[in-house]
Amino acid sequence: MRVADVAGFAWASLKGTRTRTLLMVLAMAIGVAAVVILTSLGDGARQYVVAQFSSLGTHLVIVFPGKTETGGGFANTLVGRSPRDLTIDDALAVSRSRYVTHVAPLSVGSALLSFGRRSREVPVLGSTAALLEVRKMALAQGSFLPPGDARNAVPVCVLGWKVREELFGASPALGQSVRIGDRRFRVIGILATQGQSLGFNTDEFVVIPVASAQQLFNSFSLLRILVEAKGREMVEKARADVIEIIKSRHEGEEDVTVVTQDAVLATFDRILRTLTLAVAGIAAISLAVAGILIMNVMLISVSQRTREIGLLKALGAAPGQIRNLFFAEAAMLSLIGAIAGLLLGEAGSLLISRVYPALPAGAPLWAVAAALGTALVTGIGFSVMPARRAARLDPVASLARR
Amino acid sequence: MISLAGLERIFQVGDQQVRALRDINLEIAAGEYLSIMGPSGSGKSTLLNVIGLLDRASRGLYRLDGRDVTALSDEEQAQVRREKIGFIFQFFHLVPRLTALENVELPMVLAGIAATERRSRAGNLLQNYGLANRAHHRPDQLSGGQRQRVAIARATVMKPAVLLADEPTGNLDRTSGTEVVEILEHLHEQGVTLLVVTHDPALGNRAHRRLRMVDGAIESDTQTA
Repeated sequence: MRVADVAGFAWASLKGTRTRTLLMVLAMAIGVAAVVILTSLGDGARQYVVAQFSSLGTHLVIVFPGKTETGGGFANTLVGRSPRDLTIDDALAVSRSRYVTHVAPLSVGSALLSFGRRSREVPVLGSTAALLEVRKMALAQGSFLPPGDARNAVPVCVLGWKVREELFGASPALGQSVRIGDRRFRVIGILATQGQSLGFNTDEFVVIPVASAQQLFNSFSLLRILVEAKGREMVEKARADVIEIIKSRHEGEEDVTVVTQDAVLATFDRILRTLTLAVAGIAAISLAVAGILIMNVMLISVSQRTREIGLLKALGAAPGQIRNLFFAEAAMLSLIGAIAGLLLGEAGSLLISRVYPALPAGAPLWAVAAALGTALVTGIGFSVMPARRAARLDPVASLARR
Repeated sequence: MISLAGLERIFQVGDQQVRALRDINLEIAAGEYLSIMGPSGSGKSTLLNVIGLLDRASRGLYRLDGRDVTALSDEEQAQVRREKIGFIFQFFHLVPRLTALENVELPMVLAGIAATERRSRAGNLLQNYGLANRAHHRPDQLSGGQRQRVAIARATVMKPAVLLADEPTGNLDRTSGTEVVEILEHLHEQGVTLLVVTHDPALGNRAHRRLRMVDGAIESDTQTA
């Protein structure tokens, strides 16, 4: 039997039971669409997070004070020494490394910000001019922290977009004097609105020079030092160099943790990929259900078409041919369902990207391929039993049925 | 052409064994016109089904064209059916969703013959049987006689050597029945071996050789010259 004839025969028999075929296609389509939409959501979330990290600069090296090591605490307690603080001088030393372009020390605290009679509690970031470059922030108005010696406590501040809005409303903020804690600062710049960035909403905080922040919070330790390597390939060298520099400054003791942005990024990427896979797996259950539906319908079809099968046998159809006819029918059902599901899924993804423009929705190619593959495999897989049953029918008994 | 020796067909019904065919010994030469008659349950349809390879004998030997076909696999038997045997049924057994033409094409589809050749062969045959203007009708738009003629066209389109008809006129009025018998006899004149199972003595007595079966055995085998 020719392939085209097998397909034609299957198609004709599908057309013969229109309602049933449509329902089957719908079931399959829903399964495929679920996989496509859910994976595109999951992958969208992953891309979103990765993009957020990348916006911080992919060749970022972050230095934390303290070293996390198993059992390492014992020696320290014996000697009675806690890890040294990171200081502005450490940051300045690091900035002299050959592999480094920008270094931004970071100290963070919370303080009451007030202007006139309005005030609110805001996160305050103490840093240097380099922060703008390292964190890829943009200014809406004015200028960022002035370059110069990081040890100078200049009384200037840069406001986040939302902070400005709440404090000043429509009136101009640049050049105004605000009070942070018990000190006065002049507003020299406004950050452009950036939205959420890994829990840190740049719209909601205030940036002041790191020395000012240390005075304000009365602490000389830094939360961390952000280091930007000269290039992506320099990241590892920069990391080693940073450790070396800090070590030499800390009496040969490696008491800092240095993390590269790439490593963090890779971890998040991995976690979210796994999550997407899990979600896709759950969606695939609906495909399996559709497969069982196909099996059910095929079984009904076999018993309804017993006479036809008997006749085909009498006309010289081999058992293999009968089996192929039913396979072709199931494959066709699955394929049409899968294509309908893909269209439905793409439409759904499009809708999501309209509603949440931030999410880069769109099913990855592997998910589309997997959905199609699973649909076909379940469709054909679940029709093995009905097709075999059809092929084994006794022609005499089948023909005798009225 | 057809040679049966010591053929038995035993059905298991519950815990009882029913011997539908008992020790059948039969030689049918090529080009014979043979009728099988007998009461219901006498085994005549079973005999026809065994000869048509739709059913397997429980015991005994069946040679078709000198070849032992009892031992063939299902796939091989299907091929023999396709190439050498044509079936005609009492209830026509046309596929309801296919047109008359497509029904006639069906055996050629199974044999893998190209579409254009199928079309012309099926079309010609329908024309021979006076159904040219009915080719694109579905079975439910055809009369009983027309349906049976479509079925005969389907049975003969592969030019089989043996034509097996099980009560071919059983479901037809007299006029259509006569038409159908004339077509079958015309095919026999062209050299086809024709086996007809029937209740109807008027039909059965037209055959040159008549078998009478009772309780699964051949009771009489009469021949007219």
